[in-house]
Amino acid sequence: MKQPRYAQWSQTSAAAWAGFAAELSDATGHDLGLEQNGGYDLHFSEESLEATVSQYEVLKEKLGGDYPFEVLGHNALRREEPAIGPKVVGAILHRQDGHANPLNLLRALADDVRRLGGQVLTGKHVTHADKPDLFRVSCADGTEVHARKIVLSAGLGAMSLGPVLGFKAPIRPQRGQVMITEKLPKLINRPSLIARQTDEGGIQIGATNEEVGLNNGVTQTGLSGLAAEAVAAFPSLAKAQLVRSWGALRILSPDGLPIYQESPDMPGAYLVTCHSGVTLAAAHARFLPDWLEGTDGAPNLEAFSEDRFTLS
Amino acid sequence: MKTDSPFREIDPQSDHVLVRFEEEDLMLPLGENLAGALLVAGVMPFRHTPVSGAPRGPFCMMGACYDCLVLIDGMTVQACMLQVAEGMKVGMPSADRVHDV
Amino acid sequence: MYNVDLIIIGAGPAGMSAARRAAELGISVLILDEQPVAGGQIYRNVDRASAVRSDILGKEYTHGLALTKGLHHDNITLLKGAVVWQIEEGTRVAFTQNGTGALAVGKRILLATGALERPMPLSGWTLPGVMTAGAAQILLKQSGIACQGAVLVGSGPLLYLIATQMVRAGVPPLALIETQTTRDLLRSMRHLGGALRGWPYLVKGLRMLWELRRAGIPRHVGATGITIEGDQAAQAISFYIGKSAHRIECDTVLLHHGVIPNTQAARSIDIPHLWDAAQNCFVPECDAWGRSAVATVFIAGDGAGIGGAKAAAFAGEIAALEIAHDLEGISRPDRDAAARKLRKHLAIECAARPFIDAAYPPYAGAIAPQDATIICRCEEVTAGDIRRFAGLGCLGPNQAKAFGRSGMGPCQGRYCGLSVSQILATANNISLDDTGYYRIRPPLKPVTMGELAAMAASEINEVKE
Repeated sequence: MKQPRYAQWSQTSAAAWAGFAAELSDATGHDLGLEQNGGYDLHFSEESLEATVSQYEVLKEKLGGDYPFEVLGHNALRREEPAIGPKVVGAILHRQDGHANPLNLLRALADDVRRLGGQVLTGKHVTHADKPDLFRVSCADGTEVHARKIVLSAGLGAMSLGPVLGFKAPIRPQRGQVMITEKLPKLINRPSLIARQTDEGGIQIGATNEEVGLNNGVTQTGLSGLAAEAVAAFPSLAKAQLVRSWGALRILSPDGLPIYQESPDMPGAYLVTCHSGVTLAAAHARFLPDWLEGTDGAPNLEAFSEDRFTLS
Repeated sequence: MKTDSPFREIDPQSDHVLVRFEEEDLMLPLGENLAGALLVAGVMPFRHTPVSGAPRGPFCMMGACYDCLVLIDGMTVQACMLQVAEGMKVGMPSADRVHDV
Repeated sequence: MYNVDLIIIGAGPAGMSAARRAAELGISVLILDEQPVAGGQIYRNVDRASAVRSDILGKEYTHGLALTKGLHHDNITLLKGAVVWQIEEGTRVAFTQNGTGALAVGKRILLATGALERPMPLSGWTLPGVMTAGAAQILLKQSGIACQGAVLVGSGPLLYLIATQMVRAGVPPLALIETQTTRDLLRSMRHLGGALRGWPYLVKGLRMLWELRRAGIPRHVGATGITIEGDQAAQAISFYIGKSAHRIECDTVLLHHGVIPNTQAARSIDIPHLWDAAQNCFVPECDAWGRSAVATVFIAGDGAGIGGAKAAAFAGEIAALEIAHDLEGISRPDRDAAARKLRKHLAIECAARPFIDAAYPPYAGAIAPQDATIICRCEEVTAGDIRRFAGLGCLGPNQAKAFGRSGMGPCQGRYCGLSVSQILATANNISLDDTGYYRIRPPLKPVTMGELAAMAASEINEVKE
């Protein structure tokens, strides 16, 4: 979040989200549960709050002042979030933050791609890709698909397929354990990294950051740690029932930011990878096609090329 | 919510104690299974679902289906996994979120 | 923290017999059970049931007293009301008892988690007043509660058993609506030869049917198109026999079309499961001792494949022998000699199974429910929704979660998992093995955030021997 170009890119996406959500809901009938009333960065000590504020001040300066945030002390925060606990000293309120229902987003996109004539082949394991003339994608079951352009957006699958298409694809998994409570009456107004309440009522808590390779398991110590932090932030959560948890693998580049890269060896092949696909969904739907097609309106994504990992 | 119950005790054994379900005072057998005791007392439904507001009551009686959820001491708990205690206050969970009943 | 040789999850017939056998071989045993009294569902509350109740429930029920008595042994600790919600490393079990989270570590774990009613999604099955037939029997065992004017729906011996118990309790059911057909019975006949080895079960079955007939209980056999009617609660049930429509007014409907292994715990630790076509359910892969692919974890009883209470008890003992052998409590020849006898009994117990499975198959109308029927009771996802997910490229139950929340509620998919797998397998024309099942994640049962948070503190690591 502290890199200026990424901050801009996610701001661009945030600004496009409302229109994107409206269009997608109109086309598919799925409400994406979008709320853009801001989000918090909650702090349990004055020191960490101050340190974070000064980092954001630097970022704001780099962006020429275009990075709105407010600092709320405990009492101000409590007026916004009556369920907040006494251990939270304050929060940074990012007005542009929001959240959406990722499952509804998935379903709406799955519907809309087909509605617009896209073909989706599921259950395919891509084993190879090359470019004898057109691109040729080969699957384990013998399926071959030919195309003029190819976008590699296979998540961690790009670790193996990336080099085949001439990318470095320096990505790694990072585990985030997440948990969800039963559906509860409204308790939390704005999302934070500690807890957010979905439009369906469940409160999503977490995630952890763990370097454990491809292990996507859930640990009791991980869950207990997340629960302790969430209960410290919102004490009434102590009585909430946890109904689900999972271990998700983030797709991280060395600096944690997205990679948008055209293959130097095989022009027409693009690597697109990030770990904030919901935040960036609007930008990916609205502006990335211009970049893939190389139109005049293409966003400048130079800062997210793979080159940054060799230069530094 | 109280109806004539089709459920009845065939060999009553326990003393009955005061339990409150929502706004209603019930006399239930001490130490017996709470879901069963509520059924005999004619309580139905036990709750409305948070998804559609549909009424629900006990289904499996073995702690697996989570349809007999009630609210006790601020927690949603399975009535079929609890015993009746004197002075218990039982509510319907998340009643304030019920949409379109 | 508890530290023992063997942790047994579930104090039903498999768990209790395994505990006794292991304890006798010098193994320290911790049993974790959710109920306030040992017995499992089949022998539920057997220690406390009155004479009246025991008479109604019969000798098959009081047989459980021998097993509960067997738990009185110095090597056995029974924790009642203990709800297990996570298993890690094949040795570490997290559970909640009396509102407090705790840990137990064992060199071996035996999953004796028994069976669940096979989900029977019908139109109206979520209405208040609709329960599983097993639920009605539990009410009788646990609380001496009988239900007047109920209609029993489905197929299988348990349906007859509960009906006869209701007759004895003075609350005869209004009717039995049975879904098996004459063709099913004919098809089952090829298993009859083998079933004769298990003749006591066949005799018992015939005796129950005779008892129901004498009590004048109407039986509607070969029912289709079953629908439960009602707005706020069940009011009537309608169905067809052949082309003739029937309707019975009733406020209680009891559903049953067989039981399936409760595999939640086994699946949560990635033990592989296979589709069992004869039993129409997934079963965990285990060797002849009940050992799973996780070498420290064993499975015995109905949780490893449906065999019934007596078979479960023998399987529990067999697993205990191998566990004791692992831990040097018994020599190989002694283990094998003891196991040989047990396996002979086990084979006799299971002899009638293929006949029963073929004669009383699941109700076809609940295996392929109508589009409007709710499949996931928690998240209220319908069969039509799931078929639509398949149309969007959803190949398996885990994707179905992402597409529409099925299996994401508090029951963790216990009452929709099998239906979702079967609907997707049919819609995509893919085998059940390739379609698979939900990935089960902790918590196996909901646990409060407060309980979890308290375990972040270190005092829980104190060792209790």
